[in-house]
Amino acid sequence: MGYQFDFGKVLQGEYLELILEGLQATMVVFVFSWIIGLVLAVVLTVIRAIEFKPTQFLVAAFVEYHRNVPMLIQLFVWYFGFAVVLPDAVNDYLNDIGAEIGYAIVALALNKAAYMSEDFRSGLRSIHPAQMEAARSIGLTYLGAMTWVILPQAWRLALPALLGQTLILFKGTSLAAAIGVAELSYQARYIEEQSFRIFEAYGIATAIYMLISFAIMWLSSILSKRYELRVK
Amino acid sequence: MLEIIQEYWLLLLIGEYPHGKLGGLAMTLIISFVSLIVTFPCAVLIALARTGKPGIIQSIANGFVHSVRAIPLLMLIFWAYFAVPMIIGFPIDAAFTLIVAIVIYQTAYLGEIIAAGITGLPKGQREAAAALGLGYIPTMFRIILPQAIFNVIPGIVNQLTTIIKESSLGSIIAVSELSYVMLQVNSNEVTKPLQIFGILAAVYFVLCFALSQATNWLERRISSRRTGQVVVEAVA
Repeated sequence: MGYQFDFGKVLQGEYLELILEGLQATMVVFVFSWIIGLVLAVVLTVIRAIEFKPTQFLVAAFVEYHRNVPMLIQLFVWYFGFAVVLPDAVNDYLNDIGAEIGYAIVALALNKAAYMSEDFRSGLRSIHPAQMEAARSIGLTYLGAMTWVILPQAWRLALPALLGQTLILFKGTSLAAAIGVAELSYQARYIEEQSFRIFEAYGIATAIYMLISFAIMWLSSILSKRYELRVK
Repeated sequence: MLEIIQEYWLLLLIGEYPHGKLGGLAMTLIISFVSLIVTFPCAVLIALARTGKPGIIQSIANGFVHSVRAIPLLMLIFWAYFAVPMIIGFPIDAAFTLIVAIVIYQTAYLGEIIAAGITGLPKGQREAAAALGLGYIPTMFRIILPQAIFNVIPGIVNQLTTIIKESSLGSIIAVSELSYVMLQVNSNEVTKPLQIFGILAAVYFVLCFALSQATNWLERRISSRRTGQVVVEAVA
């Protein structure tokens, strides 16, 4: 087809800088939404564990919304929808500082919080209730039983699913391109438009995604083996 | 909110059809079902390769599954949309590229589900088939796969939910499906993004929530049939 490959053209000067900036934005979205998502997931799991119907229903609704609506639409709701609720002054300020990345982090973090809280919950549920009763009967308090008996097993059971969510989140950061966050896929698209180097631009971005995904998969398999629950 | 629904409900359902291209919810459903139907045979082959004898075919299948799982779907769509027309030399329809990307992506995931169904069957099934003198192909296609696929029907329906959600990415490459139509409506109306995207989210929610409830129901039915017991439904 007479196409001359020239990775050098994309891997130097201005374009290299764009790729690195994109990678940085991808990692910022990934790391921040992972941390916020995990913390929120723990909070949601605790709220759902408390026997109070209205709050339990709210958490369930939150989880179902995030599981049954495409992630892209969740991003749109925050980016296009939430902005009109805010006063104009706040919006102007947000546009000045480049709020897209903030909206992306909020949307992805809430989405992952919903999924991760379900993973925690299923980890908790797969521990037999008799273990709690046994722990209480040997004199542990409720909190003591949770800290020393239930949670050490529950988080190990939830770990593989949480690591799977981590990989999905990393790949999901690419959706932020749709609301204009200048992350890796966005930059690949931009470089392609500027330089007409389709294969090089997408090739490099794909290679970076694959490298980091493989690192996450590799780490996941090590952690899953290391913290596998051996007694059940 | 009601005015938006009143004004745009037809556009939401079928796009500009019959005066223009089919779009909206109908397009989303067509893309999703076609993707699932094309994915299914590919996924069965991948599952057979992954669970079969170790060798070159298994290595290729493993490599394929791992690579696809390491790439964001958006990247795959970019490849299919921008690079493939360059290679084959003529432009292809955006909806078609979207389906191709989803099929490649979902083959890896659906393949894993079917492979889990195959490895989940008792070893005796395969041994009994071998004892009867059946070769590999009749054993697989007449004994193992019918049971394995029946057992993973909930997983397959669940994957349809995922495909419907993934088809929303079509809006990025201008496939006139549900999300794209709503983005158009949003740029017409300008002042009501919250309502417009609320409606969009609600449509997806109703569709996917119904499907995931169906998945749960199927799962109960199938597990009761598998164990031969009636599962008592929890009264919530």
